[in-house]
Amino acid sequence: MSRIDVRKTYKLYIGGQFPRSESGRSYIVNDAKGRLMANASQASRKDARDAVVAARAAFGGWSGRTAYNRAQVVYRIAEVLEGRREQFEAELRAAEGISPAKARAAVDAAIDRLVWYAGWADKLTQVVGNANPVAGPYFNLSTPEPSGVIAVVAPRSPLLGLVSVVAPLIVTGNTVVVVASEPHPLTAVTLGEVMATSDLPGGVVNVLTGSQAEIAPWLASHMDVNGIDLTGVEDEALATDLEVAAADNLKRVRRPEPDTDWLAEPGLDRMTRFQETKTIWHPIGV
Amino acid sequence: MSTPFEYAPAPESRAVVDIKPSYGLFINGEFVDGHGKAFKTVNPATEEVLAEVAEATDADVDEAVKAARRAYTRVWSRMSGAERAKYLYRIARIIQERGRELAVLESIDNGKPIKESRDVDIPVVAAHFFYYAGWADKLEYSGYGSTPLGVAGQVIPWNFPLLMLAWKIAPALACGNTVVLKPAETTPLTALLFAEICQQADLPPGVVNIVTGAGDTGRAIVAHPDVDKVAFTGSTEVGKAIARAVAGTEKKVTLELGGKAANIVFDDAPLDQAVEGIVNGIFFNQGHVCCAGSRLLVQESVADEVMERLKRRMATLRVGDPLDKNTDVGAINSAEQLAKIRELSDIGEAEGAERWSAPCDLPANGYWFAPTVFTGVSQAHRIAREEIFGPVLSVLTFRTPSEAVEKANNTPFGLSAGVWTDKGSRILSMANRLRAGVVWANTFNKFDPTSPFGGYKESGYGREGGRHGLEAYLKGADA
Repeated sequence: MSRIDVRKTYKLYIGGQFPRSESGRSYIVNDAKGRLMANASQASRKDARDAVVAARAAFGGWSGRTAYNRAQVVYRIAEVLEGRREQFEAELRAAEGISPAKARAAVDAAIDRLVWYAGWADKLTQVVGNANPVAGPYFNLSTPEPSGVIAVVAPRSPLLGLVSVVAPLIVTGNTVVVVASEPHPLTAVTLGEVMATSDLPGGVVNVLTGSQAEIAPWLASHMDVNGIDLTGVEDEALATDLEVAAADNLKRVRRPEPDTDWLAEPGLDRMTRFQETKTIWHPIGV
Repeated sequence: MSTPFEYAPAPESRAVVDIKPSYGLFINGEFVDGHGKAFKTVNPATEEVLAEVAEATDADVDEAVKAARRAYTRVWSRMSGAERAKYLYRIARIIQERGRELAVLESIDNGKPIKESRDVDIPVVAAHFFYYAGWADKLEYSGYGSTPLGVAGQVIPWNFPLLMLAWKIAPALACGNTVVLKPAETTPLTALLFAEICQQADLPPGVVNIVTGAGDTGRAIVAHPDVDKVAFTGSTEVGKAIARAVAGTEKKVTLELGGKAANIVFDDAPLDQAVEGIVNGIFFNQGHVCCAGSRLLVQESVADEVMERLKRRMATLRVGDPLDKNTDVGAINSAEQLAKIRELSDIGEAEGAERWSAPCDLPANGYWFAPTVFTGVSQAHRIAREEIFGPVLSVLTFRTPSEAVEKANNTPFGLSAGVWTDKGSRILSMANRLRAGVVWANTFNKFDPTSPFGGYKESGYGREGGRHGLEAYLKGADA
């Protein structure tokens, strides 16, 4: 008799823990052939608020770490992901119905992207910061700093897209609340397991699964969220509503780009969009 | 107050300025009448009507945007950076040549002391054009690409009328954009004089368009479908309205909004210098400064001594005629602003803070408010939370550096902060922990064209000045 497999309950990832949704709701996630993969947690407003609290609590410690240390933690995520590549390839093949070669390429690219971003942690300041030659006896320096808690509506691409939007935010010291792709949420939860075992402090990345249209507005209007990345919003009317709501506390907004080519070289923009430039002055004298 | 050191009046002559009885709109290189009503601009120091100015209607704004688009497509975006640079250098030079005229006009229309308009505003305006002129042919080295956005709609406030114009127009033009700019309704005159400077510089028609008016004109610019970029400096409330208005469009936005800066004085600070910094932080430009150091956080152990020295210093501030070269504090810009300052100050008293104003004789006419300090202020008081935008200082105390950081950051704003201490490592630690776009250590209210300026949180987004200021006007290397 064949063995009965042990299924996994896919929960949320908030503050380093994997709680169920407080709402007690779930929704059906099917594979590419329409067969049941799992009942994913359907996050509520309360879950979103808990995630923001966790992200805010983690911000001071995470942004205060040395860039060298953040680089190593992000690199560690790549290491752990590398060790679990078969699991991710299988998940991607099931979720998207793609070929083994395509799944392998996506996982490779996601790991490589984490490594690429890890290297930026201690270099971005040098590339986008500078000393300013003031016309007067002052020493004056401009450096980038993270904006704070950033909400992200993740794109459809379950692993590479997700990694490509989250890594640039955390490597620069922001903390993140992610609304996972609605049709492909499971990989995001599994990636949460990778992050939870990669020395990433609890709360730096928080993953919510469920309805984009239900959760994202609470994050867009949340007064303790400093920025919102709308990359994965496919509904234009919803995107506009979210951008309007974001004006409540002048969140930094990245407008939707659901059709991004995730295999292309990303550039600096995803890191710098959620950075603030701080300019520090001091007189020069003896 | 009578002191042994009374100064004789030393007024700057108005003869250098020729104010016309009425002004039109500057569209496509010419002054035109426009379709709206006229409104008056007054001298806030005397309430004298200076001139009538045209209020631009939606149709006028549309004409200005069309002129800017034409100039962008046919002339300005096609011109080499090196040639654009020459125009900007010309403008910088004309501003220097006509510096006296600009300074006097700025003081008459705005109410700011001539020594500030002459020694700060106008030189920094010229420096901005000079600085960005040099970028025009070097954009590919900036890290943001070299592709302009198109037509920029720019709305600026009344506190630094010409300086804010320079902050907006110089980088926009250097990057190859054309502009439609609206000065504030209470201070339009130097922008209109700047339009004449554009004519003198033979700037191609339509590259710079100046439309005067109030909120409706500003809204028309922001909402115009053919404007590619919106730049605004002003209140947080209007900034939020603009952020909502551009939602769902392709328009790029930068916002420089309000602040409630903490100026933090530690017990080891050189106190006389700190007191000068406190005074400069809040009484410079009548406190009409978005980055003004309006919340003084002073370490408890030196609070009494700092307050004593501060009050003594405040008593020597000379309040009065903006055109007098010895004046330190000029007129409040408008009756409306004066009413707001009075209202918030009265609330401060009603909520239990202790009010002290420098003894001074205020002129009978015009809008005046004596330099004022509130002690016994708590973080919950409205005068500690809301931007007063006037010569009113709220004083709080702290015991430890961490408490200072916590209190300083406890606001939705994040534009600027000040730190006063002799300890270098403490300066760096505080500078790291303060959530503000500009941190002045052992100095305050310093500006320079090479230095990025702008806020965290609800103080807005984007940076003006320096290399970073180019980003707002270029498509970006990644786009």
